[in-house]
Amino acid sequence: MDKVIEVEGLTKRFGNFTAVDRISFDVKRGEIFGFLGANGAGKTTAIHMLCGLSKPTEGRGSVAGFDITRENEMIKQNIGYMSQKFSLYEDLRVWENIRLFGGIYGLADKVIAKKTEELLERLNFKSERNTMVKALPLGWKQKLAFSIAIFHEPEIVFLDEPTGGVDPAMRRQFWEMIYDAAERGITVFVTTHYMEEAEYCHRVSIMVDGRIDALDSPRNLREAYGAKSMDEVFQQLARKAQRAD
Amino acid sequence: MKQFIAFVNKEFYHLVRDRRSMLIILGIPVVQILLFGFAINTEVKDIRVAMHAPHPDAFSEGVTERFRRNEFFNLREDLHTPREMEMALQKGRLDMAVLFHPSEESIQLIVNSADPNRGSIATTYATAIIAGYQLEESGVGMSQIPFAIEVESRMIYNPGMESAYMFVPGIMGLVLMLICTMMTSVSIVREKERGTMEVLLASPLKQGTMVIAKTIPYLLISIINLVSILLLSYFVLNVPIRGSLILLLGISVIYIFLSLAFGLLISTVVRSQINAVIISAIIVMLPGLMLSGMIFPIENMPSILQWVSDIVPARWYTQAIKKVMIQGLGGAMVWKETLILTGMALLLVVGSTLNLKPRLE
Repeated sequence: MDKVIEVEGLTKRFGNFTAVDRISFDVKRGEIFGFLGANGAGKTTAIHMLCGLSKPTEGRGSVAGFDITRENEMIKQNIGYMSQKFSLYEDLRVWENIRLFGGIYGLADKVIAKKTEELLERLNFKSERNTMVKALPLGWKQKLAFSIAIFHEPEIVFLDEPTGGVDPAMRRQFWEMIYDAAERGITVFVTTHYMEEAEYCHRVSIMVDGRIDALDSPRNLREAYGAKSMDEVFQQLARKAQRAD
Repeated sequence: MKQFIAFVNKEFYHLVRDRRSMLIILGIPVVQILLFGFAINTEVKDIRVAMHAPHPDAFSEGVTERFRRNEFFNLREDLHTPREMEMALQKGRLDMAVLFHPSEESIQLIVNSADPNRGSIATTYATAIIAGYQLEESGVGMSQIPFAIEVESRMIYNPGMESAYMFVPGIMGLVLMLICTMMTSVSIVREKERGTMEVLLASPLKQGTMVIAKTIPYLLISIINLVSILLLSYFVLNVPIRGSLILLLGISVIYIFLSLAFGLLISTVVRSQINAVIISAIIVMLPGLMLSGMIFPIENMPSILQWVSDIVPARWYTQAIKKVMIQGLGGAMVWKETLILTGMALLLVVGSTLNLKPRLE
């Protein structure tokens, strides 16, 4: 299987503070890659570097075959990104948000119209087409944001805490959408707080104080740490953390 | 192009769905132009004057009659003694006292000059009235004076000395820039505050596309403002539009675009929407009022302030609008101003595009 993300010794320093400390890993095509860590462990900074939003201080990496330092504009065409903050426009209707991002990624009007129907159908959202996004419940907003992030069929989608604050039933549905996307060949790079969600990933990395301390499939990690759940694995690693939140 | 259109649409939705801001944006110019147009008035009218002649004679009667009939003066017949007049002057109920001294064959004018401009103009009027009467009464016709030099003055461009002629171009420069700059100054920082900027930066959208697209809806709404300002000044303040309307609109659109780009530049620098509004108000208001030539003539400023005024866009715009609107001059006379404004607009667009970093941090 080919690798869509390759990272080696990636480091980001802000003054004296090393947010991300020489991390190395790679992600295979079609994989669901869980990127775990406590608050302040450096997850978001790492994602920003991979998406071309932030320049690495040291190290190298490539995403979708493009260098993250030099070819970050090329990367942007081939990825989808859902940020930690809710990232749709609240004062735009559902279909207007879809059309906006379809347009930004350069899709033709006909394609946008056709895919919009499919998307609304799949989400069971047909009646909400003209609803202002601000009127939607949080869980629905997140599902819509995810659908829009993969609307242009990117090679990789980066999801930064997509299920934060969402109720368990909705989270379950959200993960079904992630599986759907992975089945269609989209690589999913996801950060989360919820350890039961880590079990859904093909492979998981755990960041502590800017470093990746563990990286393997959930089952192998549980075995290696002699733990019953990913939560226990995480607790063991997080205890070593020096950084306060 | 597709990206551009999609982004312009989005900006339109933001603008028209924010009803309250829309009301403010369309209302402020109307209020301001009426407020400035009626409140700022440098014409000297209704000068309250009282006369005192200890020994009334034909001369004092004649002069008094002249003041009574003059439209600029309002003769106060209830004040008689110098003492009463002094009190009235102190209390601000009188602007001028005229005291006849028949023994010394002189007339004394006591003028309230707390407002020096008003005081000196009132003195000039009064002197002219008295001199005119004297000349007439002396019984000598013009023909009998060996050297008669007749001074005939004609006020061109603004024969009625209407102060609105002077202020409307200045207010246009100030109000248009203020509104436009404020509108766009919040627009990029708002996306940063809400977190949508992160997603836009992670998309293939180019910074230049974003900057230009953000000006389009505001450009259109500002043209509505421009039209309402021109209608008000034409029909309500009676300011003529003597030159070409097309030229006037053309220069104004360049100026509007410049102001919008300036707002975007501010928006790329500040960290919050509140800061954006405060900073744009201060940066636009102060130089716009002081250094645009609207209130204080630029030629009278110390040379360092004249240099500073050179970089104030409102100065060039006001100057051009005065030429076109009031003096009725054509394009050949305003090419310099137009060129400067265009140059500044391009500089600001490039500046805000470069300042809108393609990365976070």
